[in-house]
Amino acid sequence: MSTMKLNRRKFIVASASAAGGLMLAFRIPAGARADAMMEEPWMAGEGGQEVNAWLVIDPDDTVTIRVGQSEMGEGVFTAMPMLVAEELQCDWSKVRAVYADVNRHVQSTVEPYMVAAGAAKETDQLYQRMATGGSGAVRRSRKYLHQAGASARERLKQAAANAWGVERSAVTAADSVLRAGNKSGTYGEFAAAAATIELESEPAIKTPDQFTLLGKSVPRLDTPHKTDGSAVYGIDVQLPDMVHAAVEVSPVPGGRLVSFDFDAVKDRPGVITAFRLGEGGIGKLPYRLDEVANRTNGLLSGVAVVADTYYRALTALQLMPKEWDAGGHGDVSDESIIAGALEVLGNPDDATYNPAVSEGDARGVIGASADKVEATYVTPYLDHACMEPMNCTAHVTADRADIWVGTQNPPGAHDVVVEETGLAPEQVHVHNTFLGTGFGRRFRSDEVRQAAAIGAALGRPVKMVWSREENQRQGKLRPYSVYHFAASLDADKKPEAYWNRVVSHSIFNHLIPQFLKDGLDNQAMEGLDQRLPYRFPNRQVDYAIRDSHIPVQWWRSVGASQNAFALESFIDELAHAAGADPVEFRLGLMPEGSEFRRPLEVVAKEAGWTTDLRRGEGMGVGLAEAFGTIVAQVAYVTVSRRGQLRVETIDCAVDCGHVIHPRLVEMQMESSIVYGLTAALYGEVHIRNGAVVEDNFDSYLMLRMNEMPEIRTHMALSGGEKWGGVGEPAVPPVAPAVTNAIFAATGKRIRRLPIRSHDLA
Amino acid sequence: MSLTLTINGTSHTVDVEPETPLLWVLRDNIGLTGTKYGCGISKCGACTVHIDGRKAFSCSTKVSAAVGKEVTTIEGLSDDNSHPLQVAWIEEDVPQCGYCQSGQIMAAAALLEARPDPSDLDIDAGMSDNICRCGTYARIRKAIHRAAEIAQG
Repeated sequence: MSTMKLNRRKFIVASASAAGGLMLAFRIPAGARADAMMEEPWMAGEGGQEVNAWLVIDPDDTVTIRVGQSEMGEGVFTAMPMLVAEELQCDWSKVRAVYADVNRHVQSTVEPYMVAAGAAKETDQLYQRMATGGSGAVRRSRKYLHQAGASARERLKQAAANAWGVERSAVTAADSVLRAGNKSGTYGEFAAAAATIELESEPAIKTPDQFTLLGKSVPRLDTPHKTDGSAVYGIDVQLPDMVHAAVEVSPVPGGRLVSFDFDAVKDRPGVITAFRLGEGGIGKLPYRLDEVANRTNGLLSGVAVVADTYYRALTALQLMPKEWDAGGHGDVSDESIIAGALEVLGNPDDATYNPAVSEGDARGVIGASADKVEATYVTPYLDHACMEPMNCTAHVTADRADIWVGTQNPPGAHDVVVEETGLAPEQVHVHNTFLGTGFGRRFRSDEVRQAAAIGAALGRPVKMVWSREENQRQGKLRPYSVYHFAASLDADKKPEAYWNRVVSHSIFNHLIPQFLKDGLDNQAMEGLDQRLPYRFPNRQVDYAIRDSHIPVQWWRSVGASQNAFALESFIDELAHAAGADPVEFRLGLMPEGSEFRRPLEVVAKEAGWTTDLRRGEGMGVGLAEAFGTIVAQVAYVTVSRRGQLRVETIDCAVDCGHVIHPRLVEMQMESSIVYGLTAALYGEVHIRNGAVVEDNFDSYLMLRMNEMPEIRTHMALSGGEKWGGVGEPAVPPVAPAVTNAIFAATGKRIRRLPIRSHDLA
Repeated sequence: MSLTLTINGTSHTVDVEPETPLLWVLRDNIGLTGTKYGCGISKCGACTVHIDGRKAFSCSTKVSAAVGKEVTTIEGLSDDNSHPLQVAWIEEDVPQCGYCQSGQIMAAAALLEARPDPSDLDIDAGMSDNICRCGTYARIRKAIHRAAEIAQG
C-alpha cells in the first residue's frame, strides 16, 4: 500500500504543477508562493512540526495556519490566521494560510487542550465549525482560534523554560522569538518540544484591549494570487487523464427527461459517453419534491455528456435531441405563485397563519381607529448568480474518492460523497478551493452529488461544469415574500397599534422542517418579530407559509434581505402619515438605550441627513439587524424629469461590536451594498411554464461600474460583549434606503421590487 | 484541426474545431486557467484577454480568429505581479473572491493603453463590460488611478 500511496502523492503533485499550483498557501509580503497541494493537508511540511491541529511551525519559523472556513471573498484566509496569530505572537510576515482538512475533521474529535480550556462549544469535531455562512466566521470561531494560538504559545514558552531551567513565567514570546534573561530561541527550534508538553491548566485568551495584531488592516494573504491568474478555483482544477462533463437537467424542478438521443452526437469529436442522471439513471438519490432529503440534493432528472474537453462536451449536449416532461408544474408562473400568496395575505382569517407576536389588541385598536395606515409589499424570487458557475471535479475509485470543489460546506460535501459512492468516511477526501463567490448557494452540495455520481460511473477523473444557463436554471432561489402592514395613529399622531402579516416560501420548510417552531420560520421573520427595532403599545405579527415547486435556499442575509425593505418602507410611510421626519420618527419609536439608536444617529450625522432638498433629489434611510450586527444606511438619489434614477451616495454606519480588520469590514460593507443595490434595482427571477426565465447576464442584470454610487462606511461600534458578523448585514438596509429616497425625491412609493419595473417619471 | 497560436509570446499547436471559443482553448487545451468562464455571451467580462493589444471577450472569439495574432492573458501581463495594475490592485486590496479580477485587470490594461491617465468617465466607459459580484468597483476605480500614477512614475 505504501507504494500506491507514494504514486498517488506524485500524481497529485504533478497535477498541481500543471495547474499552476492547486495549493492555497501564501506568504506575505507579495513574494507569495503557491505550493503544490499536499495529499493530506494536515501533514507537516518538510521538517515542520504540528503543535496542534491548527498550526504547524517550520524550522525557519514559517507558521502554517489551517483555516476551517471557506474563502469566497469575505477574507477568512486573512482573518482566521490573524485570530490564531494574535495569541501565538508569531512573526506575522511568516504566516501562511491553508484549508483545514475535512477528512481529518470528520474522523477526529476536538483536541483535549481545547476541551480543558472550555473553548470547544460548536461541535465535538476537530475543527469545530467547517461550514461558512451566517456571517459567522469571526464571531463563532474567535474563541477557539484564540485558544489554539494561546495554548501553543504557552507550550512553546514551557519548552524553552524546560531547556533553560527557568520558570515559564520568566519566558517571553514575541515575533516568533522566545527570551528569558540572556537566553533566546526561535519558535522553530522549540516547536517539536512544545508539541509534547502538557500544561496543568490552559491559558486564558486575551481581552480586546490586549490585542496587538487585531485591529490592523494588514494586507490580505490571498490578494497576490488573485492578480496574476494563479488562484485556483474549483473550475480551474486539472488532473492527469481528466475528462469533462456538461450536464443539463430538467429546467422545471421535479420535471423529467423523457428521452435523449445520444446516437445523434456520439460521433462528434472528443465525445466519450453520456449518462442519464437521476430517476432511471445513475446516482443513488433521485430528486423528489415530497421527501426532504430528495428535494434537498437528490439528482434532478437529466443527462450528462462526457468528452475530452468541456466545449466539446457542452456542444454535444446542446446539439443532442432531448424531450422533457414538466412533471405537473408546467402551468406554474411567478405570477401564479405570488397571486396565491397575496390571496392569503388579503385574508387575515386564513387558518394557516401562526402568530409570531401578540401584544395587546392590535387588531381591535386598528379596527376602531379613524387614522390608519395600510400597505402591501412584494419581494421576488432572486438568484445568487455566483460569478463562478457551479462545478465539481471527482475522481472515484473502488477504494477512494477525491473531490475538488469550492464549497461553503465541506462536511456536507463529504457526507454527500460518502452516501453517493458507498465508500467509508475515511476513504473520502474533499479538497476545497477558492470560491468564485458563494452567497449561500455553495452550501447545498447538489453539484457535488452530481459530479460524484458521474465520477463513480466513469472511474476516472472528471470535471463537471455547469454552463451559465444551467447554473441559473438550477438556481436555489431566495424565496419570494409578501407583506401586509396596518397601523393606527392616536390624536397626537403617535402610533398606537401595529399589525403585520407575512406570507412567504419557507427555506426551513423546504430544507429543514424540524427547524420550524409552531409553524414559524424564524429566518423568514428575521427582524420583524422579537428583534423589531420599534415599540408599539399593541402589536400583532402573523406568518403563513406558501411554498411552490421552486427550490429555495439561503441568499446573502437571508430573511432580512427582504424583510427590511418591507418594514423600513412601512415605517417611512407611517412617518409621512404622522408628518414627522423619518429619522426622528424612528428614534421616537425606540426605547431609551436601544442598540439601534447609535447606528441610526451616526449615519444621519455623517450623511448630513436632511429632508430639505429640491424635487428630483432625495435622501432615504434604512435600518436592519442581521447576525448580531446593526447597520443603518442613508441613500442620496437623484431622479431626472424623465425618471432616470441615479444612486449618488450611500452612507453606512455599522455596529458589529468589535473590528479585527477595519479594511475587511469596509470591503464587506461595500460588497453587501452593491449586492443589495443590484437586487433592489434589477433583481427578479421570473418563472414561466414552471422554469426559471432569466438564464444569463443579458436578462439577469447586474450593477456595473458606471452605476456605482460612492459608499462611505462609518464605524458605530458599541464594543463590550457584542461580536457581530459583517459578511451580510449591510445587504438589507440598501433597498429601503433607496426606495425611501426615491419617495423623497418624487413622491412615488415603491412597494414591489425591483425598482426597474416602476416608472419614476 | 491543427491550429497554431501565440499566447503570451509562446507558440502552441492545438487540435480543435476552428469555431471553438478561444476561452476554452486557453483553459482546457493550453492549461492557462487565469482567464475565467462567466457567461459565454460577452456579458460579464471574466474572459477578457488582449488580441494584438486590443481587449477581446475570449468566450465569444473563435480560436481561428486568433491565429497569427498575439494573444495576451493575465498570466502574460507580467512575470512577477509587477505590472502597474497588479501593483495597484495589491496596494488597494481590490479582489474579494477574485474570480472576475483577471478580466478586470485585462480590461483596465487595455484602458490604460488607450488612455494613460483616464478620467472617471473613461473608467466608466472602459470597465462597464465587466461584472464583479463582490462589488469591488470603487476599489477598481481607485486602483486604476493609482496604476496610472505608478506607470507615469
